[in-house]
Amino acid sequence: MPGNDSNQRCVTFESEQLQSLLDAVQGRGYEVFGPRVRDNTIVLDRLSSITELPIGAGTDQNNARFRLTSRQDQAFFSYTVGAQSWKRYLHEPTLRLWNAQRDDGGFKVDANQSLPPKQAFVGVRPCELNAILALDRVLLHGVAADSAYRSRREKTLIVAVDCGVAGGTCFCTSMGTGPRASSGYDLALTEIIEGDRHYFVARAETELGAEILEGIPHSVPTEAERTAAENVVASAAAHMGRTVDAANIRDLLVRNPSHSRWDQVATRCMTCGNCTMVCPTCFCTTTTDVTDLAGEHAEHCRLWDSCFTLDYSYIHGGAVRSSAKSRFRQWLTHKFGIWFDQFGQSGCVGCGRCITWCPAGIDVTEELAALREGNPPGNCPPIRKETPRGNA
Amino acid sequence: MAIAAEKSQPPLHGESLAPALYRVHSIRRETHDSFTLDVRPQNALNTPAFAPGQFNMVYAYGCGEVPISISGDPADHRRFVHTIRAVGAATTALCGLKKNGTLGVRGPFGSHWPVDESAGSDVVVVAGGIGLAPLRPALYRLLAERQRYGRIVLLYGVRTPGDILFPRELKQWRAQFDLEVHVTVDRATSDWQGRVGVVTTLIRKATFDPNNTVAMVCGPEVMMRFTLLELLSRGVPADGVFLSMERNMKCGVGLCGHCQYGPTFICKDGPVYPYTRIASTFATREI
Repeated sequence: MPGNDSNQRCVTFESEQLQSLLDAVQGRGYEVFGPRVRDNTIVLDRLSSITELPIGAGTDQNNARFRLTSRQDQAFFSYTVGAQSWKRYLHEPTLRLWNAQRDDGGFKVDANQSLPPKQAFVGVRPCELNAILALDRVLLHGVAADSAYRSRREKTLIVAVDCGVAGGTCFCTSMGTGPRASSGYDLALTEIIEGDRHYFVARAETELGAEILEGIPHSVPTEAERTAAENVVASAAAHMGRTVDAANIRDLLVRNPSHSRWDQVATRCMTCGNCTMVCPTCFCTTTTDVTDLAGEHAEHCRLWDSCFTLDYSYIHGGAVRSSAKSRFRQWLTHKFGIWFDQFGQSGCVGCGRCITWCPAGIDVTEELAALREGNPPGNCPPIRKETPRGNA
Repeated sequence: MAIAAEKSQPPLHGESLAPALYRVHSIRRETHDSFTLDVRPQNALNTPAFAPGQFNMVYAYGCGEVPISISGDPADHRRFVHTIRAVGAATTALCGLKKNGTLGVRGPFGSHWPVDESAGSDVVVVAGGIGLAPLRPALYRLLAERQRYGRIVLLYGVRTPGDILFPRELKQWRAQFDLEVHVTVDRATSDWQGRVGVVTTLIRKATFDPNNTVAMVCGPEVMMRFTLLELLSRGVPADGVFLSMERNMKCGVGLCGHCQYGPTFICKDGPVYPYTRIASTFATREI
């Protein structure tokens, strides 16, 4: 796809210059986060040096399986995603929304006004980039914007890295979200190792990205380097561990709330909620209220929630979704189906985390294929354009 | 890539999610477990305007926020009236508030009953239990402009005579010649001379022109299910039936995900829906 980048600043730099890139980002006041190896897995954390990246690490992923492997080369980005996603730095797992203080027989409320620092994400995979764009849609463009998310998102610089390796549970090609970063980044890198040469082909989508590239030693990419970059991505695309037939998938799910497969999967699903915790687009939150012992000070906090808990659907009288079947159905139908009605796109980006981290080894691609089995296209309610109503 | 900063809304954490403070002006016991609170803004003269059927997120200090429908008159901008049943920690704390007690309010949120759109039609209001609370603002509006409507019928079912909300107003409305009011209870007490049975039985007896009727229904889901069947069998068109749905809710503004109901969010697309909008979801259990 060389034509796509014609308007972008595109350069080549050697692998040792990756540190210069990191320095350039840090020099602009960004706190840098990236992938690191810890506890035998890939985690996201603060990054100060490229030596902290998962150099030479690969991953072996399958249903309920994640193993780090050693590669023969010194690749920085040849692992596939770990359990954590960037969601935690934008849509925090726990957040105090406001607190209340006893006062004069009543109380007063103070909003939490701490401003987040500028943050840079290095090594954002194309699927994860699309997950961030999906969260933007949910948390910024509804009837109300999430101000905590917005204040972090406004200050986030994204350095995406195209995938050269596909994981055993990856299916981004099916969801149209990878393995090449198409937009939404400041910088996108393709890592290339050819014999003794280790280099990056980089493209900038923003002024800031272009400015950063300008500041590090680079050259204009040759035709051969561009082709090599394309080949890296093509190789990942050719080795997807999973596939999903995404055609009319929303209709398939909306039409089949009574499919027998839901009963079948419910015998395996433990409703632990792991899939929702590792999902980079699951956005649901609950709230909790605490007071100090004297009751003088109260806090109203928000934390990630999962539609797999009974509390999630609790209303007076009991949980609406009391069976495992109904909770799994809600999650899958929302993720792949009615997300289209709500937000005009799929809620799945094909990262495969839910397959890898399901302790029961439930594979959404397999479940979707089973739902499709013997299910010819039929009539189903059309997507209705949601128009936000005013609050009056 | 960062997103563009929005100048009109300074990036304060949770600014839109912090409640405004209200004071209890009066609190009235309705039944053994339900109370009606008249609350007024602590730092403003008027409340935001609301439409019948909308709700507020109401905060009890240290206990949490709960969605509570507004049960007062929409023409009265000095107060919010909430009729609350004490069933959990927050609602119990709210019902335990005294005069001048402080509480938090965010809202109003959600869709409303089609009061204006019903002009020229008969209106059948069907309520079950505490479901009368979100319908009362609609009744106030209907009665305030009585001449715009055809027949108005209120059908109300409760468990026992002691669970009847707003008895004074019900008596007053029943005394009016331009309003038909029927109340039924599941279990009568010895002093009850009225009807016994589920609210659906009242639909058969009520006088209205099914072809030109708008029905507004709020109550437990099972009650609404049977009410719908009865209304449809009397010939009320499907798009003339409006239902108020309930799900768990944490934010009220479409961010927390809890109130999803099929492809919709009850906090912003509901709570009041035309039946035709949710027909496929309404027929499915555990949605």
